[in-house]
Amino acid sequence: MRSLDTTRIRAVIRKELRDYRRNRFIFLTMTIMPFLFLALPMIDVFLIKPSASSAMLDKRLGAALLYMLLIPVLVPATLAAYSVVGEKEQGTLEPLLTTPIRRQDFILGKAAAVMIPALAIAYTVFGLFLATVWLFANPIVASAIFHQGPVLLTQVLFTPLLAGWAIWVGMAVSARANDVRVAQQLSTFASFPPIGLVALISLNVINPSFMLAVVLAGGLLAVDVLALRLVSSLFDPERLVTGMKAVRS
Amino acid sequence: MTTAATVRLQRKGWGSSGSRRSRLWKVVIDGNVVGSIHNKEIAELPVTPGRHSLEVRSMRHLVSPEVPFEVTERQILGFSCHPRSLSPIILPRWIVWLLATLIKNDLWIDLRPTTPARSSGVPTSMAHQQGDVKGDPTGAQREPSNAGSDMRTRAFADARAWGDTRAEPALVVNHLTKRFGERIAFSEVSFEVGHGEVFGFLGPNGAGKTTTVRTLGTLIAPTSGSATVAGIPLSPENGMEIRRRISVMPESPGLYLRLTITENLEFFAGLYGLQKVGDRVKDALEAVNLADRASDLCGGLSKGLRQRVGLARALLSDPTVMFLDEPTSGLDPVAAFEVHDLINGLREKGTTIFLTTHRLDEAEKLCDRVAILNTTLRTVGRPEELRAELFKRALIVKTHAPLSDADQVFKGIPSVNDWSSEGPGSYVLSVSDPEVAAPEVARSLVGSGADVLFIGEAQHSLEDVYLELIDQEAAANPR
Ligand SMILES: Nc1ncnc2c1ncn2[C@@H]1O[C@H](COP(=O)(O)OP(=O)(O)O)[C@@H](O)[C@H]1O
Ligand SMILES: [Mg+2]
Repeated sequence: MRSLDTTRIRAVIRKELRDYRRNRFIFLTMTIMPFLFLALPMIDVFLIKPSASSAMLDKRLGAALLYMLLIPVLVPATLAAYSVVGEKEQGTLEPLLTTPIRRQDFILGKAAAVMIPALAIAYTVFGLFLATVWLFANPIVASAIFHQGPVLLTQVLFTPLLAGWAIWVGMAVSARANDVRVAQQLSTFASFPPIGLVALISLNVINPSFMLAVVLAGGLLAVDVLALRLVSSLFDPERLVTGMKAVRS
Repeated sequence: MTTAATVRLQRKGWGSSGSRRSRLWKVVIDGNVVGSIHNKEIAELPVTPGRHSLEVRSMRHLVSPEVPFEVTERQILGFSCHPRSLSPIILPRWIVWLLATLIKNDLWIDLRPTTPARSSGVPTSMAHQQGDVKGDPTGAQREPSNAGSDMRTRAFADARAWGDTRAEPALVVNHLTKRFGERIAFSEVSFEVGHGEVFGFLGPNGAGKTTTVRTLGTLIAPTSGSATVAGIPLSPENGMEIRRRISVMPESPGLYLRLTITENLEFFAGLYGLQKVGDRVKDALEAVNLADRASDLCGGLSKGLRQRVGLARALLSDPTVMFLDEPTSGLDPVAAFEVHDLINGLREKGTTIFLTTHRLDEAEKLCDRVAILNTTLRTVGRPEELRAELFKRALIVKTHAPLSDADQVFKGIPSVNDWSSEGPGSYVLSVSDPEVAAPEVARSLVGSGADVLFIGEAQHSLEDVYLELIDQEAAANPR
């Protein structure tokens, strides 16, 4: 892979972040969605009876944490889908593709611009959750959570990996779709398989082990890197420009 | 062609240096409009050796005296023209124009030879003055002058006149074809565009103009044929290199509606990898008179203003070739006029512009040369040239009552080659020289007792050329 053109990538990131900030739909997605996915696990944690068996406790806490892993999937899937379809809708792809930016840099810039807010939101929400539990939850429940060291680590590690996956899927889908909603729904569905796998582990259907987590994480990382190539090839200017025209006229 | 002589005409202004609003003057050799010249420009016009006459006309009825001259092979003759010294400070221009229109003589433009006849290869005194106009045996040196000089030489881009000494053209297109599956967008298109030229690509909707721009702009790959864009062969590997040197303003400007004008331009400056982004953006905005709206959101701009932002964006990188795809489509007349003005300003700066349009008046007003496209290229030439090429010269005659024996009257006139009737009392005479024929026709008609209402030369607009070509096409490929 040739070296990255950081000037151009930065230009893309700056523009994307500005655009997100001023787009009400995106702004609401970035604020409301995390709260929804924070509220449910929080309620669950506060409803758990400390007298429950430790196996039961583990299961419910695992589910709560898993639920929060939806944030790094849903937020980036939505943003990524918008980031391509939004260009199509405003007719900006055509002037953009006639500038001397490499496809790969353009796509990396877009992906980074999704990754940055997605990670910020996911980690903030996670931190908020832990802080609240630590301060206000029943000490038995709280200590049960903080004893799940590997689970918490998994959470931290899988957040960017899942987000990466969701971004690529979102961009790949929306490179071909012409409607924001269709793109978002498709990309949301498409980004669920890895979370299903994580779910199976969390719910002890697949026996969790450190090895398994490492293999899974490595696999996701490899997929994320390969996806850059794949998505780049989907960004065929001819298809993007003329495909859009065909739909419009 | 190498034996052609050259007329080098310099237009001096009213002092308002390089005003972009200055009107084009028409350069007339032997009664034919052969080119146009802006304020502070030098035009080089190839002529055949022999006797000729030169005249300059403004669009507003200012005319110069007709100056006869004689040239020999490879000779370069210098002329200069300027408005007579009726200072616009004392007399506003519109009064001058009004007077000129009323009096209509040749008082208003001074035209005189600047150099005694010289043989080729020796720099003329004018060339000395300019420092950038080289004495060139073929008269084919047509590079725009460098920025240091106020004057510049504009290419009167006549493909045949391009000598070997000329730098490579800005665009060379050879048998280019694009098919979308079974559908042909354009086919076997070939043309060249010189540096500094404003080239009009004229055609009806669906003619393939946008597809051509996209192909030359490296967005889509041609099905067959080849092209050189800004000196670089069009190929997938050269895409980046070409994109560095061009800019494209698509049919719809494509702005980020939630970003301000400045933010939009900053982003594109970033994509072009430009230095001093702030200055570039400021310059571009000033060029399109939008400096005071810099922090407006693009979503709130009118269509005309968006188009101007699009132009500013196309200017940012100081491109070798600018592609403008229907820059005035959907604009009201005022906004369209402003865009025309801006394009004329760019022409004065020497930017090569490839402009597509379906509007004839626009092509005629803005372009040095025009290509007419309807899937295949119908013709290429200067607007005046196209008109002359396509139509035989003709006289229109109208009489009060239909002539009783028109055939006898018209056949008896030696300068009339043929005639036809276009209704009762209305005739079109095909002639080789209307100025010789008109008096003869008048005499014969009066002699035969007819009451003559009108005798005049048939005027054809580019519109006629266009319709004629499209008609020919329709007749050739009935659908
Ligand atoms: N993406 C496409 N797929 C199929 N046909 C197309 C496509 N784009 C343009 N065409 C066809 O190519 C022809 C030329 O179109 P276009 O270049 O847009 O014309 P213009 O810009 O002169 O109006 C039209 O017949 C159009 O239908
Ligand atoms: Mg078009």
